[in-house]
Amino acid sequence: MRAALPVLVVLALIGALWYAAVPFMNIRVSLDLAERMGETVEPEGVNVRRELSVPTLLLNNPGRIGETFRLERPRLPTPGQVLSELWATSGAMVLEGRGFSKRSLIYHGWITLRSTLSGFALGLALGLAGAVAITYARVVERSLMPWAIISQTIPIVALAPMIVVLSSQIGVEGRGLPKAIISAYLCYFPILVGMVKGLNSPSDQQLDLLKTYSASGFQSFWKLRLPASMPYLFASLKVGIAAALVGTIVGELPTGAISGLGARILIGDQFGTPLAIWAALLAAAILAGLLVTALDMVQRSVLRRRGMAA
Amino acid sequence: MSWLAIILIVWPLAWALNVAMVRSAFGETRAVSLLVPLVFGATLILLWEGLVRHFNVMPVILPAPSAVWARFVDSRELLWGDFQQTVLKGALSGYAIGCIAAFIAAVLIDRSSFLTRGLLPIGNFVAALPIVGIAPILVSWFGFDWESKAAVVVVMVFFPMLVNCVQGLRETEAMQRDLMRTYAASYGQTMWRLRLPAAMPFIFNGLKISTTLALIGAVVAEYFGSPTRGMGFRISTGVGSLSIDLVWAEIMVAALAGTVLYGVVAWIERRLCFWHPSHRK
Repeated sequence: MRAALPVLVVLALIGALWYAAVPFMNIRVSLDLAERMGETVEPEGVNVRRELSVPTLLLNNPGRIGETFRLERPRLPTPGQVLSELWATSGAMVLEGRGFSKRSLIYHGWITLRSTLSGFALGLALGLAGAVAITYARVVERSLMPWAIISQTIPIVALAPMIVVLSSQIGVEGRGLPKAIISAYLCYFPILVGMVKGLNSPSDQQLDLLKTYSASGFQSFWKLRLPASMPYLFASLKVGIAAALVGTIVGELPTGAISGLGARILIGDQFGTPLAIWAALLAAAILAGLLVTALDMVQRSVLRRRGMAA
Repeated sequence: MSWLAIILIVWPLAWALNVAMVRSAFGETRAVSLLVPLVFGATLILLWEGLVRHFNVMPVILPAPSAVWARFVDSRELLWGDFQQTVLKGALSGYAIGCIAAFIAAVLIDRSSFLTRGLLPIGNFVAALPIVGIAPILVSWFGFDWESKAAVVVVMVFFPMLVNCVQGLRETEAMQRDLMRTYAASYGQTMWRLRLPAAMPFIFNGLKISTTLALIGAVVAEYFGSPTRGMGFRISTGVGSLSIDLVWAEIMVAALAGTVLYGVVAWIERRLCFWHPSHRK
């Protein structure tokens, strides 16, 4: 409870700031709309208003401030509007029995989640294999590590359209694979770095002890290095899954995908429905929170069983 | 001799060379640490070139590195213009504004431990979110030119930077702060002489993470509307018009820009944080 109170206060502050910003962001749209409906606003004419500052407009039209919170296509929607849009495209559709229709965010979230998980699995395999190779072969570390670092400084989004083109030319149908590749590219690195650290975390004394037991290389890996790396593994898994989700959504943004949360953002932009964009963003945030929390729970139970409860 | 044969001979040779270099008496010298990854990278490029030539891959699918390089040399002016638009105007200005704003916010928040405790978990959570999705919204707020790209970059780098700065400012131990108190040091003096230097490794960690984010943000924002120049614009139109070699040349520029940006920040870090264990020889 003592930890929750500051968080709640800060959240409330952010919410208050958000609500306070809404009239400032929306007053122009609101006035233009009202004028088109034939109501009198002060001053009249879009071009006249463009010359005036936002605070002046608010002072001139105090009666219109209420409307700025209820616009259908606001520049900045209120948190309440975003939540109700999210509910309308997820929970409400479930109640109607159309939870997996193509207009529901649950369907799009599922598509995104699937790509994220397959990309995460691919990145995990790459990262683990790389970490084991680096731990056991010095030449791999010296050749690979600089390139692994450089690979992360390349903005992957530049590559995203190319990956889509390439995989469709090779004959891979659908967008699952390219999205998974992009998210694997983003998430393998934290896992690689964390696991290299983790696999090297046993002390020389511990390694020597296993040598006196005449343990084979595989045994010392399985019984010492791998268990010792668990805390590092989970810390980097949590970073990795968040990166995988970013990768999937980036993969869905520029490539003309039609399903997935990133595609909802793109479509919302093309059709000029800001509420859809915000709802998809919120859904992505919730998905990220769920994924990280799930990993956190696995981490707790595994570490407790191993006697390493943090 | 066919390209496949060349690959099959050169690849093991290069690998053997690397193994020999690492195991040799000079294995730990600086020259070898540079040479080994270079040999590895060169082998990869040769592999790419050879496979493309051997299998006669069409240039609209995957151009050979030599074709990309030729295109790069041919269209230097175009690429330079895109580089200016995306990196110099969009990414770097957003990077500077976002990092400075996050730093100032961190110093302000740091004065209240209540705010710090409330903001750290939220900041950590937001830093993990796919914030790039906000790009279309910001493009519609700030217009098509570089200002909207800078805005996307500001939002993207702000939270990772904020979290790192706040964490860094908490790095000093009670003993060290007490020592400053016994010296009757003011808030400013404690900040400047003790807490900021202690926070430096964290601040640079945030700065390094942000370099990559800045480029990603600037490029993605261009997919949602831009003037007729910029790296993201060129890539998305290049894919559409099948001038794939130009796209790869643009990717090369992006890779170079990202690496150089990161390298510069890492270099400054080594200069300023020479005392930190991770940089000691």
